[in-house]
Amino acid sequence: MNILVFLESDGSVKKSSLEALAYAHKTAQALGGGAITAVIAGPTTTDLGSLGGYGVQKVLHADDSAFVQVDIMTSAAVLKQAIAISNPDLVVLAKSSLVDAMAPRVAAATGAALATNVVDLPVLNNGVLSVKRSIYTGKAFSDVALNATLRILTVKKGAATGFEPNSASTTVELLPVSLSAADKALTSKGTEKATGEILLPEADLVVSGGRGLKGPENWGLITDLAKTLGAATACSKPVSDLDWRPHHEHVGQTGIKVSPSLYIAAGISGAIQHVAGISSSKCIVAINSDPEAPIFKVADYGIVGDVFKILPALNQALK
Amino acid sequence: MKILVCITHVPDTTTKISFTPDGKEFNAAGVTFIIGPYDDFALARAIELKEAQGGTVTALNVGLVETEPTLRKALAIGADDAIRINVNPTDAWQVAQEIAAVCKAEQYDLILMGRESIDHNGGQVHGMVGELLGIPSVAPVMRLDVVGGLATVSKEIEGGKEVIEVNLPLVAGCQEPIAEWKIPNMRGIMGARTKPLKVVEPNVTATSTTVQQFSLPPAKGACKMIAADNVAELVDLLRNEAKVL
Ligand SMILES: Cc1cc2nc3c(=O)[nH]c(=O)nc-3n(C[C@H](O)[C@H](O)[C@H](O)COP(=O)(O)OP(=O)(O)OC[C@H]3O[C@@H](n4cnc5c(N)ncnc54)[C@H](O)[C@@H]3O)c2cc1C
Ligand SMILES: Nc1ncnc2c1ncn2[C@@H]1O[C@H](COP(=O)(O)O)[C@@H](O)[C@H]1O
Repeated sequence: MNILVFLESDGSVKKSSLEALAYAHKTAQALGGGAITAVIAGPTTTDLGSLGGYGVQKVLHADDSAFVQVDIMTSAAVLKQAIAISNPDLVVLAKSSLVDAMAPRVAAATGAALATNVVDLPVLNNGVLSVKRSIYTGKAFSDVALNATLRILTVKKGAATGFEPNSASTTVELLPVSLSAADKALTSKGTEKATGEILLPEADLVVSGGRGLKGPENWGLITDLAKTLGAATACSKPVSDLDWRPHHEHVGQTGIKVSPSLYIAAGISGAIQHVAGISSSKCIVAINSDPEAPIFKVADYGIVGDVFKILPALNQALK
Repeated sequence: MKILVCITHVPDTTTKISFTPDGKEFNAAGVTFIIGPYDDFALARAIELKEAQGGTVTALNVGLVETEPTLRKALAIGADDAIRINVNPTDAWQVAQEIAAVCKAEQYDLILMGRESIDHNGGQVHGMVGELLGIPSVAPVMRLDVVGGLATVSKEIEGGKEVIEVNLPLVAGCQEPIAEWKIPNMRGIMGARTKPLKVVEPNVTATSTTVQQFSLPPAKGACKMIAADNVAELVDLLRNEAKVL
């Protein structure tokens, strides 16, 4: 099984992309070997040769002067061209806002079978590759057979664990990309991004607050604890609807789906739509004054009490 | 402006999901079906754009006859007409090809969808339709303004948003806060009964994936309760039992 991995850079190669490489490596091992090629669009500070440590045979780098902007359309063009060159059986991408939007275009253009939100390594049975996907917003799974010779997977955080790269190095080739007018249809007018914060979709630890915090003026309780832990901050939907916190922090059915090792839910009732976004967390801690709050049904550890007392005490105990 | 809104017919967000004992099919007994929440945002924005700038809003679903009440609801909310493509949707590739065929004939300026359906959560159909039509697609879109033939969209990115300009025609996969959900009023509900709902037969389109088996996550163990005055115990459990710190 020859595998092509699409990498993203946010300065350096993203952590989630390295996890996609680990996923590809483990897949190749499990399915009896094959070459791994990686492709990346745009500049990066990472020494791409070092990706040999993930078992990558070759890195294709689309970064010539014609390539001005990494977006849905240009990335799709890069991936299509990398597929044409490396002729893989399987393409692996780590789920992200860019990948979610561009992978379906590539699947439609190449006739590939696409599975998104993949949570485990693929299985090969009588020549048919199948994967486990998360569906019903984390409430269920489906095993899906991919009925094409080219398959594309977008994988969730945690789909492949326990991999350590070695110190091998690999060759890096410039991938010359030709972009049509249609590929350049999107003009970026700038981004607004929280700086210096840990990004929620990739975070390993998350401290999240709900309406029980009473108002934005009390958010220091959440951010202080997050700072101590090195965690990302999150919130429930009403909190972002009320503009106490930015929209991109809201977790759940209509918001971000997180899969951290630890999710601390403070003053969050645990409505089914909120739980939909946190159900793949490894460990959930609930702090709520109401012993009947549904959040305790999904939590691993719970404290019945006042967030205004518990959060500072917890912060102190962790310091 | 000629706008198409693609809507899914999906279980209410409070549904307790279950499958037939053999794990082959979704158990729809007693389940209430709704317009997908993201599709509902897309529909609301489409109607706002139409009200501000004129034009038409068509709601489309790929599904069997049981989805018609959901399409009628879209008409009650304010769509002018509806199309149902009469086939059981089994994968995104099939749905995208069916939608693209209608779009090729109708030439919409704007094709709005949800960022993802809340049953299979593929997030695939908008990108596939964009590619099949050779027009740009953007998702997830949190703001959408159109002036003349130019759309300005605000797209969610990790930790923030990006503003993008793009010429129509465009496919957008929408999410909040693009618009407030609209609740149909009595006049809308009455009017919806007589608005046109056209049923078209599918093209013969291929699927590329098949679901072999559905399953539920393993049941969660009981929550371990810790006394409010004993946060030190919680820290100890997180470090030494759960091993997450
Ligand atoms: C289609 C749809 C989609 C939705 N999508 C989402 C989504 O993506 N994400 C989401 O979060 N919600 C979503 N919701 C909303 C969801 O149903 C709930 O309304 C919401 O999650 C409740 O937020 P909350 O827990 O912060 O507030 P509340 O339900 O008001 O809960 C506040 C909690 O704080 C506790 N509390 C109060 N004071 C204290 C104190 N001093 N100390 C400790 N605890 C205290 C209370 O006991 C209560 O349990 C959606 C709803 C719908 C219909
Ligand atoms: N059967 C369908 N009928 C109409 N529109 C659909 C259908 N399935 C998906 N869509 C549209 O495509 C979007 C993304 O769906 P999905 O790719 O299934 O997550 C949805 O929010 C809808 O707007």
